[in-house]
Amino acid sequence: MKDWIEIAALDDIPRLGARVIRTDTMDVAIFRTRDDQVFALRDACPHRGGPLSQGIVHGTSVSCPLHNWKIDLASGQALGPDEGCTNVFATRVEDGKVYLALKAGEAAA
Amino acid sequence: MKQKLIVIGNGMAGMRAIEELLKLEPSLYDITVFGNEPHPNYNRIMLSPVLAGDKQVDDIILNPLEWYRDNGITLHTGNAVTEIDRVGQYVIDAAGDSHQYDRLLVATGSTPFMIPVPGADKQGVIGFRDIKDVDTMLEYAANHSRAVVIGGGLLGLEAANGLRTRGMEVTVVHLLDSLMERQLDKPAAALLKATLEERGLNFLMQAQTAEILGEGHVTGVRFADGSEVAADLVVMAVGIRPNVTLAKDAGIHCERGIVVNDTMQTFDPKIYAVGECVQHRGECYGLVAPLFEQARVAANHLAQIGIGRYEGSVTSTKLKVTGVDLFSAGEFNESGGDETLVLQDPAQGVYKKLVIRDNRIKGAVLYGDTMDGTWYFTLLREETDISAFRGTILFGQHDIGDAGHGDASASVMALPAGAEICGCNGVCKGDIVDAIGKKGLFTLEEVRAHTKASSSCGSCTGLVEAILAGTVGEGYDKAPSKKGMCGCTEHSHDDVIAAIRHSGLKSMQAVRDALDWKNPDGCAACRPALNYYLLAHWPGEYQDDAQSRFINERAHGNIQKDGTYSVVPRMFGGLCTADELRAIADVADKYRVPEMKVTGGQRIDMFGVKKEDLPAMWKDLSDAGFVSGHAYGKALRTVKTCAGKKWCRFGTQDSTGLGVQLEKMTWGSWMPHKFKLAVSGCPRNCAEATIKDFGVVCVDSGYELHIGGNGGIKVRVTDVLCKVDTEEEVLEYCAAFIQLYREEGHYLERTAPWVERVGLNHIKQKVVDDADNRKVLRERFLYSQTFAQVDPWKARAQGEQSHEFKPLRIA
Ligand SMILES: Cc1cc2nc3c(=O)[nH]c(=O)nc-3n(C[C@H](O)[C@H](O)[C@H](O)COP(=O)(O)OP(=O)(O)OC[C@H]3O[C@@H](n4cnc5c(N)ncnc54)[C@H](O)[C@@H]3O)c2cc1C
Ligand code: HEM
Ligand code: SF4
Ligand code: SF4
Ligand code: FES
Repeated sequence: MKDWIEIAALDDIPRLGARVIRTDTMDVAIFRTRDDQVFALRDACPHRGGPLSQGIVHGTSVSCPLHNWKIDLASGQALGPDEGCTNVFATRVEDGKVYLALKAGEAAA
Repeated sequence: MKQKLIVIGNGMAGMRAIEELLKLEPSLYDITVFGNEPHPNYNRIMLSPVLAGDKQVDDIILNPLEWYRDNGITLHTGNAVTEIDRVGQYVIDAAGDSHQYDRLLVATGSTPFMIPVPGADKQGVIGFRDIKDVDTMLEYAANHSRAVVIGGGLLGLEAANGLRTRGMEVTVVHLLDSLMERQLDKPAAALLKATLEERGLNFLMQAQTAEILGEGHVTGVRFADGSEVAADLVVMAVGIRPNVTLAKDAGIHCERGIVVNDTMQTFDPKIYAVGECVQHRGECYGLVAPLFEQARVAANHLAQIGIGRYEGSVTSTKLKVTGVDLFSAGEFNESGGDETLVLQDPAQGVYKKLVIRDNRIKGAVLYGDTMDGTWYFTLLREETDISAFRGTILFGQHDIGDAGHGDASASVMALPAGAEICGCNGVCKGDIVDAIGKKGLFTLEEVRAHTKASSSCGSCTGLVEAILAGTVGEGYDKAPSKKGMCGCTEHSHDDVIAAIRHSGLKSMQAVRDALDWKNPDGCAACRPALNYYLLAHWPGEYQDDAQSRFINERAHGNIQKDGTYSVVPRMFGGLCTADELRAIADVADKYRVPEMKVTGGQRIDMFGVKKEDLPAMWKDLSDAGFVSGHAYGKALRTVKTCAGKKWCRFGTQDSTGLGVQLEKMTWGSWMPHKFKLAVSGCPRNCAEATIKDFGVVCVDSGYELHIGGNGGIKVRVTDVLCKVDTEEEVLEYCAAFIQLYREEGHYLERTAPWVERVGLNHIKQKVVDDADNRKVLRERFLYSQTFAQVDPWKARAQGEQSHEFKPLRIA
């Protein structure tokens, strides 16, 4: 069982945009795509830790604001030709509310 | 079930098309490749350096066997396709097996033309086309002494030079009286011949081969006039013939080559063709750059995206003989009505000729100094009006103070591997050379993607191109004649701007639909550009899209490397009062700003502000009368002024006051790139107005207006636009100039490269000569300012876009 935490209404996150969640250990970026899919990544670019939440979202990827690496929202992987990845967290949208599973070991694949 | 794609010809064009296809649609097809040669795809143009001993065969493999395996491609090497059955949709290979296809790509290249004289079939008579030919030549060079190369063109001279380097005595036989007549005019050809003679090559000009002599094995060549030369090896390099036999036998329409349309489709819609075997709009090409463009288009259609079109190419050539610098492009022999510019320096062995028609370069021949070849080629391809720098054009790009490192290309190959090329991303020459070699990169775009060199400010582009040229050989670095704005579209910036203006497209979605965007959301490169173009062309109608702006413009601050922001309030003309300074000091205390600095733009920067604090801080600044300085935006930045007439003993006009007026008029406007102004009160120019996008230098009798300057990595001094008499005129010309740039500049193109691209004359015509147009431009600028001069800080302090600044809390 995952521990789902309610974090926001879907409409609190701009379409093709992101919001940041402060947790005790790190910042998590929550992204919303054009078709209302929601993804969560650790808010740190695999390159030099840039805040991915501040990047430009397109399709199901985000371009980092610092040096323009492209990160896949679903896997946290840098898209070619760059290499690296950041943590992914499971999300769920129900009745217009966004839920997040943060616990270690419960990161989505 | 997946569709089957069969490729005939495992060469440069065929595999390039497959690479492009895999990028677009990695799993649409089951791909099978047939290659007549026993090797995986290699870089054919590097055979010359292999022959000359500058490279090894292993160095020139482009797609190793693992590449085919990793991409699930079935490769048959040393196996020629012998028949295409179009009705049954299958091919038959050399072993007699048949293979079904849904789509077929023919890329069979070309074959060397062997002149049909008696004896041409003797042993020791070969062409120069593949690894096998090179192996044969190397073997002869080791065991024999005399070679004859028939053909004094590009290929023949590279073969001759290679054989000479390997120790053979070489005679080049040429039918005409001038070498490389398809690339060189006579003076350049004469210089080339002299250089090659010095290196020990012999030439027989105007010699028509009549017979190859020998019993079984060649012993010599006899000419039409009866004379003879002895030879152990004869290399025929008189030309190539598109390899169309297979296609022709299958009933596909062929003329000189396989005839294709602009989508690289043959007359059989299931069959595409690319490379030297193809004839497009009557042209057959024998250089890689156009073939790569063809490959990109074919891939696009094979991927069923279906929007690319190939419209033919202009090509340029360079001879790959170490130590001989030669470049040619376009129509290098003038015809009636053309003008020529010639620079000749026999002592230095330098010859340069440009053929000019209607102030545009039509052709170029360079010998001895080819540093500016790429630049001339760009001017030629883009049909740039050169009147503004025609007087000095032959001295090269560095002479006109271009925004790139045009002058460094010749010396770049001499740099050590550790030399830093891209200062922005800290990339050294060695990194670039390694990436080119290991990853098989061909284009500037690819080097940018893999190394990040030249991907930021772009001023090292010239250096990177030079490294690319020096590392992989000529022919590669030539960008396609018209570049798509980004990976999402084939359309250039100009196409997009024209469509927005003329078809009245008013939303990003409309632009993407009308111009067949590949990705529904666009990407991080085109979204900000489209957002800008729409904003600039439809003020008041288009709604700015925050999610299409880079974070700096979205958060109205400059993101710093630790994720904090800097805050720079506007100080008009750099003037300030004690109250204003006190207000800034109070804000700095209240929000514990860790560091402050006076910027080069004459205002105060507060660093290290947390994003959540921005709105409150802006509110305080706004209450004290400040607006945003837009220090973060592709927007009007600052107007720098000097002390001026009011205080300075040299001052001729009120430079400070004029600067304030200019900034009041222009602040808040969005631009293709950042835009800076300055006003100096006299020609001593303390405000550095001659390195600004728009600079004013006051003189006794009025105001000199300067445009297109910038500081930065490579300084460009402004061009003089004109002189005017009054402050009103300064404001009018400034508004008109800005508006022209806003409407015509490409996104992320500063005024310096824009002025160089469109030419100073163009700008003078629109802004100076045509008074009505100037007034219209100014009106449009002032109209758009009525929407733009809304302080973004105040709006956000009042709650606009508040989600941008507040982190979510876990509920
Ligand atoms: C020595 C040399 C130097 C050159 N220098 C330059 C240069 O400096 N700059 C430049 O731009 N260009 C240069 N070129 C030209 C460039 O190499 C060619 O334009 C390019 O390789 C053509 O690509 P292609 O795919 O059309 O043909 P190829 O690369 O020749 O590929 C065709 C392949 O198809 C195979 N094939 C043919 N028929 C069949 C069949 N029935 N079944 C299976 N396989 C088949 C052939 O064996 C061959 O491997 C040079 C060429 C040579 C030979
Ligand atoms: C070529 C690429 C350039 C880049 C990437 C660049 C980047 C930056 C950045 C990030 C800042 C903001 C620092 C901050 O406040 O957070 C800045 C400020 C500044 N830069 Fe540059 N800069 C470039 C070229 C130039 C050039 C050519 C000039 C001068 C001719 C220049 C003059 C300034 C000035 C005056 C400021 C202070 C800004 C102000 O008062 O608004 N920069 N630059
Ligand atoms: S530019 Fe001229 S007027 Fe202005 S401060 Fe310098 S010397 Fe004085
Ligand atoms: S402010 Fe400009 S010059 Fe200074 S480090 Fe940043 S980019 Fe470089
Ligand atoms: S930190 Fe993300 S690209 Fe450099």
